[in-house]
Amino acid sequence: MGKTLFEKIWDSHLVVEKENAPSLIYVDRHLVHEVTSPQAFDGLRMNNRSVRRPDLTIATMDHNVPTTDRSLPILDQTSAIQIQTLEKNCKDFGIKLFDITSPNQGIVHVIGPQLGITLPGSTIVCGDSHTSTHGAFGALAFGIGTSDVEHVLASQTIWLEKPEPFEIRVEGKRKNPHAVTAKDIILSIIKNIGTAGGTGTVIEYSGEGITDLSMEQRMTICNMSIEGGARAGLVAPDEKTFDYLRNRQYTPNNYDVLVEYWRENLKTDQDAKFSKTFTLHIENIAPQVSWGTNPGMTCDVTDSIPFSEDYSNGDENQKKAADKALEYMNLKSGTPMTEIKIDRVFIGSCTNARLEDLMEASKVIKGQKVSEKVRAMVVPGSQMVKKQAEEIGLDKIFIDANFEWREAGCSMCLGMNPDILLPGERCASTSNRNFEGRQGTGGLTHLVSPVMAAAAAIEGHFVDVRELDLN
Amino acid sequence: MDPFKKIKTIVTPLDQVNVDTDQIIPKQFLKLVQKSGFGKYLFFNWRYDENENQKQGFVLNDQKYQHSQILVTGENFGCGSSREHAVWALKDYGFSVIIAPSFADIFYSNCFKNGILPIKLDSKIVEELKQELGEIEVDLEHQILKTNTKKIPFNIDNHKKKILLEGLDDISQTLQFEERISQFEKQSMIPSVL
Repeated sequence: MGKTLFEKIWDSHLVVEKENAPSLIYVDRHLVHEVTSPQAFDGLRMNNRSVRRPDLTIATMDHNVPTTDRSLPILDQTSAIQIQTLEKNCKDFGIKLFDITSPNQGIVHVIGPQLGITLPGSTIVCGDSHTSTHGAFGALAFGIGTSDVEHVLASQTIWLEKPEPFEIRVEGKRKNPHAVTAKDIILSIIKNIGTAGGTGTVIEYSGEGITDLSMEQRMTICNMSIEGGARAGLVAPDEKTFDYLRNRQYTPNNYDVLVEYWRENLKTDQDAKFSKTFTLHIENIAPQVSWGTNPGMTCDVTDSIPFSEDYSNGDENQKKAADKALEYMNLKSGTPMTEIKIDRVFIGSCTNARLEDLMEASKVIKGQKVSEKVRAMVVPGSQMVKKQAEEIGLDKIFIDANFEWREAGCSMCLGMNPDILLPGERCASTSNRNFEGRQGTGGLTHLVSPVMAAAAAIEGHFVDVRELDLN
Repeated sequence: MDPFKKIKTIVTPLDQVNVDTDQIIPKQFLKLVQKSGFGKYLFFNWRYDENENQKQGFVLNDQKYQHSQILVTGENFGCGSSREHAVWALKDYGFSVIIAPSFADIFYSNCFKNGILPIKLDSKIVEELKQELGEIEVDLEHQILKTNTKKIPFNIDNHKKKILLEGLDDISQTLQFEERISQFEKQSMIPSVL
């Protein structure tokens, strides 16, 4: 029987294989950031261990860095300590660090691909659940806890039970690909399979709806695999993948030889079997907006806020969860989504802060002003994205419309830095999680695409962006 | 890590599905650089109001559960962020066992690195356990839960069971495979980053 792409990558990284028990898998790339690593380095020190492969390890600071002027000192003392700790750890253990002043600094999942560190067919781990982003390049990439960060630093390997392969086919063509985006595709998928639908699996996304997407859009899809419960999500690499990674700063010297091998080998065999399959047809999908407190609680922008009975389909626990979510979100069932007024807009995060995201959002904003009742900000995913955007004048478009134009980082996706929502503030956000308090205690998050967020900033409420001219 | 011992306490029922790690330990507490001391921040936004007074009605604020080491909760517990701080907070607070119909993958794996036993049981049984008023004994060695009236067997992977029972350090075990790791590196086609 043939193998799936995931199984091929798995098999080619087995160091110790065990039946019905975790196997030992080799790690090709280990990405490190300031929040989930200090305790791991401490563990190494306590046991007198070194980092086995500093040449396969890259660090940056993204989670709690301020997005304001980088020449100023960091005011939050605990953040400053965490950042200094990473600097010291990288120095002590010989790890390459893109620090706060580096032109390569940025969200770890944005800089990996941008620098050519992410490679097809490789295994990539990071102490961050959105490591699944790198799967867009046909890598097996997944998030790990801090104990495993320590384990990988010490041994360059990880014990893992083999996940099941889950095929998600995305079929058809979108009528308006500028209005209905990769974000809307992945939110639709999660709405359908649920936030635990992918538990224990690695998703392979395939079909015309996926191959049509650019690399940056595929990253948006794979990024949110974890929101569907899957540890990882991947897309078979194609010419778009190989072109994207060519001539990056850290693209390997023997790249063409590698590409030849990848082209031959990195695809699912015709007769391979998946444990699970789901198909989404995208011809008629609408822009999506989340209404609740997990990413599965999402509806079309043309829908109204659901009644918990309708959402839960007879499941008492789900009904309770929906009631609790509606109460937290301060929403009344039956209200049209387009009547929901917002206070804040956040365009950023590892889901939607790459150059294409900013370009698409800028089309909506050009020549317009942010609603007087709304405070809006753009946080580019990396300093390189910021620079590229400025080279084509996007910063001007956003600033002229009264958006704040910030330095790179995770920012208000998780509000570890000063960028947070105040209690009761309602935000249209291009990030990935609408959990209670995620963007600030008492903050109310609605997940949307960059164009939906931009349009909401202008109008002060959600709008169906299919009605705008985005071409 | 200390070996996992038999425990016997009442259960703390947390009647919610999809409890995410942002709720277990909110982001403002992720800035510490050590592993200890997270227990006081466990479920912070559910436990305390804006003035940091205890909220009435949240189960952890009920004195009766003060010495409970067993949390019983809904499906997909621990979803979201990979932050191991969530597990450190649960452990530091005093929980050693979490019972739910299902867990998120990364959280589940993090539990075993920190001496917490996550037990997956049928949702019907979990619902019954939430109502259980008496003490429950958790016997990992024999894979059985004992209430006053019932014995409930549970499944667990042998390797993970051994790690908990013996309090094993993963890394020292792995480093015994040094030769195989080195051999793998010799034939690997993925080059160094730098």
